[in-house]
Amino acid sequence: MQGCSIERPCVYASRHPIETGRLMTKTSLSLDTSPAIYVEHLRKEYGSKVAVQDLSLQVERGEVFGFLGPNGAGKTTTIKMLNGLVRPTSGRLSVLGRPLGDREAKKRIGFLPELFRFHEWMRAEEFLDFHGSLYGLSRGERKQRIPEALKLVGLEGRSRSRLRTFSKGMLQRIGIAQAVLADPLLVFLDEPTSALDPLGRRDVRDIIRTLQERGVTVFLNSHLLGEVEAVCDRVAIIKDGEVAALGPKAGLLGGEHVVEVWVTDMPERLLHEVRRRYRVVGAEARGQGQARGPAPTGGRAPVAVNTECRLSLHLSNGEAPALVELLVGGGARVHEVTPRQRSLEDLFVDVVQVGGDR
Amino acid sequence: MGGALILARFTFREAIRKKMVIWVLVLSAIFVGLYAYGFSSLRSNYLERVADGQEPPFGFAVFAGVMTVLGFYTVNFLSGVMAIFASVGSVAAEVDAGTFHAIVPKPVSRWEIVLGKWLGYALMLAAYVSLMCLSVLLVARYIGGYTPPNRVAGSALVVLVSLVLLSLTVLGSTFFSSLTNGIIVFMLYGVALMGGVVEQIGEFLQNDTLTSIGVGTSLVIPSDAVWRTASYLLQQSGGFSIQAIQTPFTASSNPSNAMLVYAVFYAAGALGLSTWVFGRRDL
Repeated sequence: MQGCSIERPCVYASRHPIETGRLMTKTSLSLDTSPAIYVEHLRKEYGSKVAVQDLSLQVERGEVFGFLGPNGAGKTTTIKMLNGLVRPTSGRLSVLGRPLGDREAKKRIGFLPELFRFHEWMRAEEFLDFHGSLYGLSRGERKQRIPEALKLVGLEGRSRSRLRTFSKGMLQRIGIAQAVLADPLLVFLDEPTSALDPLGRRDVRDIIRTLQERGVTVFLNSHLLGEVEAVCDRVAIIKDGEVAALGPKAGLLGGEHVVEVWVTDMPERLLHEVRRRYRVVGAEARGQGQARGPAPTGGRAPVAVNTECRLSLHLSNGEAPALVELLVGGGARVHEVTPRQRSLEDLFVDVVQVGGDR
Repeated sequence: MGGALILARFTFREAIRKKMVIWVLVLSAIFVGLYAYGFSSLRSNYLERVADGQEPPFGFAVFAGVMTVLGFYTVNFLSGVMAIFASVGSVAAEVDAGTFHAIVPKPVSRWEIVLGKWLGYALMLAAYVSLMCLSVLLVARYIGGYTPPNRVAGSALVVLVSLVLLSLTVLGSTFFSSLTNGIIVFMLYGVALMGGVVEQIGEFLQNDTLTSIGVGTSLVIPSDAVWRTASYLLQQSGGFSIQAIQTPFTASSNPSNAMLVYAVFYAAGALGLSTWVFGRRDL
């Protein structure tokens, strides 16, 4: 984990080549310790358009895995390939240690599609009964699990309502109920909170935590980075159909901090120097003036300064004193230096904007 | 295979919930009522004329035979239209709506999904055609006092017509949007009807070109050729020939048995091809 950085993303898949025999072994899916998801050099072309370039990743059993990336990066196409909706052009993938399309594996996989469009003429319990029977659940199992699933997503009072009368948020909830109905080992949630209000989002977070406690692997694709940050163990950021960063959340976010700096009388030259030494991700300088007192460089010509300057920049652990010395030594008046934990959003922006603002 | 049965049941329930079944039954009941009324007025008209001493050149059985075939023809047409419009979006509409995204990842094969939907419609059509043919036969018998020959075979062939159209529509649904598919299949259906008439005219005039056009359209879509066999069988009466009366809806010559075999393979082939196409499709 230590070697992971944005510049050198860890792609574990390449380090764990799958033995060919392993895919074929018929051990019980729940006892099997093979990765929940294994993807190697996955590629999908639609005609001349490449949706997924060359994607490799591995998700371990019991992980909550965040799958991030900008629009058009190939996230949904990847999830569709993992669920057998789209045929890969090339590459290898296995789910729950079984090759794609394996019926036993499919029985233990739940999937909430991005668009969550369902047959709206059905009643909620009828809808779950239909999907339960597609999973091969017996009548008795369905009878037991449908109320449980409805309760889990907070729709226990609506079992007799037709889906046509449901709000978007309720449809998304029933979609989650459908995904967790068959006691899955792996659940794919593609934008599970897109239609939910803040309370609904919190509910989904709780559901994900419940699944996590039960040892279920969750593959979460969401644009809401705060949500991913709150629940995920590991995160992959994909860009242009490739993995741009992958690793444990702590590993990706730790190590570096963002520091907000508020200074006045910041000489232009010093600002350049700061930009040269550190990775500045935000700078806001206001007002041009002349330095009060003698110029720090000793020259006689008046020095252009920014009367007020706010910066955010990345610092490695232990670099803060050196930064303050540089600023003070350079003649700036330092008002505030505030360290802030780097958020997933900072990481996302860094990875997605080519190489960040260095 | 279990998945196919689940989807067949689903398709049936969907047809009930979307009120398709109820409206088909209501309109069909109206048709049967009108048919019975027409049949009985034909009969009383005939009896009046006999009483007045103006006996028509044919016995009543001839008229009753034509009425029965026309009744079967209407059932054939209605079930054909139903087969096309019920299944026009069987795959396309689900793909467009995105509803397959939650179904295809389930532990069912894609071929089971297509087969199941086909099976659901096929069973509904078979039940509908049987019910309607039975109604026509009962009207013919109790009001017209007439029972046509080859009743079971004739009804079974009308079912086959709807299955041919169903398979073709399901196949089209794996390629085209619902609207495009509906237009294409319905046009082909119309071409088949016209091809049947052209073929009969060709046979009557001994014009080989017209006959070939007719046979050609039957190969593209054998629905009308199967219907003409049904029509022929229903009129195959020992005592007298009711085939003296020609209508575009009835047949004077028996299309070959080879055409029936072709139609069965056509329906099965179209269904098989649609499972194959859907199995490879990105959703």
